[in-house]
Amino acid sequence: MEEKDNNKDSLYLKLMPYIEKYGILLLLVLMILVMHILQPDVFLSWRNVTNVFKQISWQSMLALGVFMVIVTAGIDLSVGSIMMLSLMVLAIVAKAGAPWFIVVITPLIAGFLCGLFNGAGITLLRMPHPFIMTLGTLYIFRGTGNLISGGTPISGFTDEVRYLGHGRIDLTWLGLEKSQYLPVSLVLIAVVYIIFWFFLNHSRTGKWIYAIGGNPSAARASGINVNKILIIVYSLCGFLSGIGALILAGRTDSGYPNAGLQSELDAIAACIIGGASFFGGRGTVLGVFAGVMIMGILRNGLNLMDVSSFWQQVLIGSIIVIAVYIDVLRRDLGTRK
Amino acid sequence: MSTLNNPLLEAKGITKYFGTITALENVDLKVHAGECLGVVGDNGAGKSTLMKVLSGLYKPSSGSLFFQGKKEILESPKDSQNLGLEMVYQDLALAGNLPIGENIFLGREPTKNVGFLKFLDFNKIKELTNAHLGKLKINVKSADQKVEELSGGQRQAVAIARSTAFNAKVVIMDEPTAALAIKEVGKVLDLINSLKKTGVGVIVISHRMDDIFSVCDRVMALFQGTNFAESELSNTSRDEVIGWIMGKK
Repeated sequence: MEEKDNNKDSLYLKLMPYIEKYGILLLLVLMILVMHILQPDVFLSWRNVTNVFKQISWQSMLALGVFMVIVTAGIDLSVGSIMMLSLMVLAIVAKAGAPWFIVVITPLIAGFLCGLFNGAGITLLRMPHPFIMTLGTLYIFRGTGNLISGGTPISGFTDEVRYLGHGRIDLTWLGLEKSQYLPVSLVLIAVVYIIFWFFLNHSRTGKWIYAIGGNPSAARASGINVNKILIIVYSLCGFLSGIGALILAGRTDSGYPNAGLQSELDAIAACIIGGASFFGGRGTVLGVFAGVMIMGILRNGLNLMDVSSFWQQVLIGSIIVIAVYIDVLRRDLGTRK
Repeated sequence: MSTLNNPLLEAKGITKYFGTITALENVDLKVHAGECLGVVGDNGAGKSTLMKVLSGLYKPSSGSLFFQGKKEILESPKDSQNLGLEMVYQDLALAGNLPIGENIFLGREPTKNVGFLKFLDFNKIKELTNAHLGKLKINVKSADQKVEELSGGQRQAVAIARSTAFNAKVVIMDEPTAALAIKEVGKVLDLINSLKKTGVGVIVISHRMDDIFSVCDRVMALFQGTNFAESELSNTSRDEVIGWIMGKK
């Protein structure tokens, strides 16, 4: 009897890491298959696939930022507002006639500084929870964005500024047609995600981010400067929101007051669907990518089938609840108490 | 064992206030190489506060620490680690979501340079972990196992392994057996005895007389934040030590 239990235990221990790592990818592949069966002509066409990637491009940046914050058992509600403020700063600097290489770094700096402000508030002002600080800055940053722009859209950027969000990489040299181009934003997603995967899994700082999420007092007792790491995490989250703003500027050719409205909730949803745990310390970059893709494909697929956007809301909400319930079950099983 | 006149670690006149509360008042403590000092006291007697002062987590309001005869000021746990002063916390201070090896090296991970970037050296972590666990005769399935999958005794063993992985000279343990099943207690006490043999000074805070009387050489009692009594273990008895905890001599 005992031996049988041991076998079960060891098989479980062997499988668990793979399920944790790749289970969400199975769901993604399943969704792609279902959509392909339902819409065989359209769904996997070059045009539609690149369209999905273009649609998730800026959301994927916000989700990655929020993911790092969630790994520390924190939350950032302000990413949508950071993106809007960064976009407005970009638009104003562009309209003032600054050269393009200045224009493209302004949203990154603005986003970084917003994140730094969040991080400093959470650690130095000792806010009881990041929820409160970033709820405050959700209003502060969007309000500031409207104040500096007068609350009106500012449109018209140069091609260099729009390159990351709008650029196309020509693939005719591969023998493909002119319409079969690679969006620059897709390449950007890949590059940013790979860099952050390396950062989180192979650097000491990345390991400490996971350690803080697992047990902040253990991290502190190990001599890790927890506040410094948290400030870095929130700053990077702001920086990624700034990249999101740059992509959005390219896609829409406009800075507009409603940019990124409620997108912080989409970003959190993508992380949760992708297996990040609100308890902290758990989740993978690959999972977040899968989470973003699942939400993107769901919206795209339902649009293709002409399903009302109200149903999209119901479905995305249901997926969040189910994903978290799976997380709860996994926690119950995976941890000895 | 070195001469009893030269303590490895000595605290003199440690006082710690939290606002208007006096947690410690004029407390002295010393421990020698290869010796185990037991610290006993009722809840709120100041044991944990004293240990946190020794590990650099709290700064004392007054008093001084001497390590190998030299006065030291500890600004953070990093400073005490650099001296070779390690702490095993009651709540174990392990990150359950990380593997055993990464917990042992948390905050001090070996790295390798790839170009101008520094990457974690996972092979080295594993190698050093296996060697260290082997030296302490700690059995786990694999160094890659996550700590949350371990039993209480295994976790305590990992916490002790963590504290001794960097040539520790003094190891301070806060209630090392409090959360353990009875059959695991013996293993942890064996581990403490083997640490003593390697010349490490050990400080054990415990409520359990069994622990104190099976590993300690000397015992001191705190009562309401002050030194209350102290004795070589051979000159006292369980009943007397229990009396000290209650504040009776």
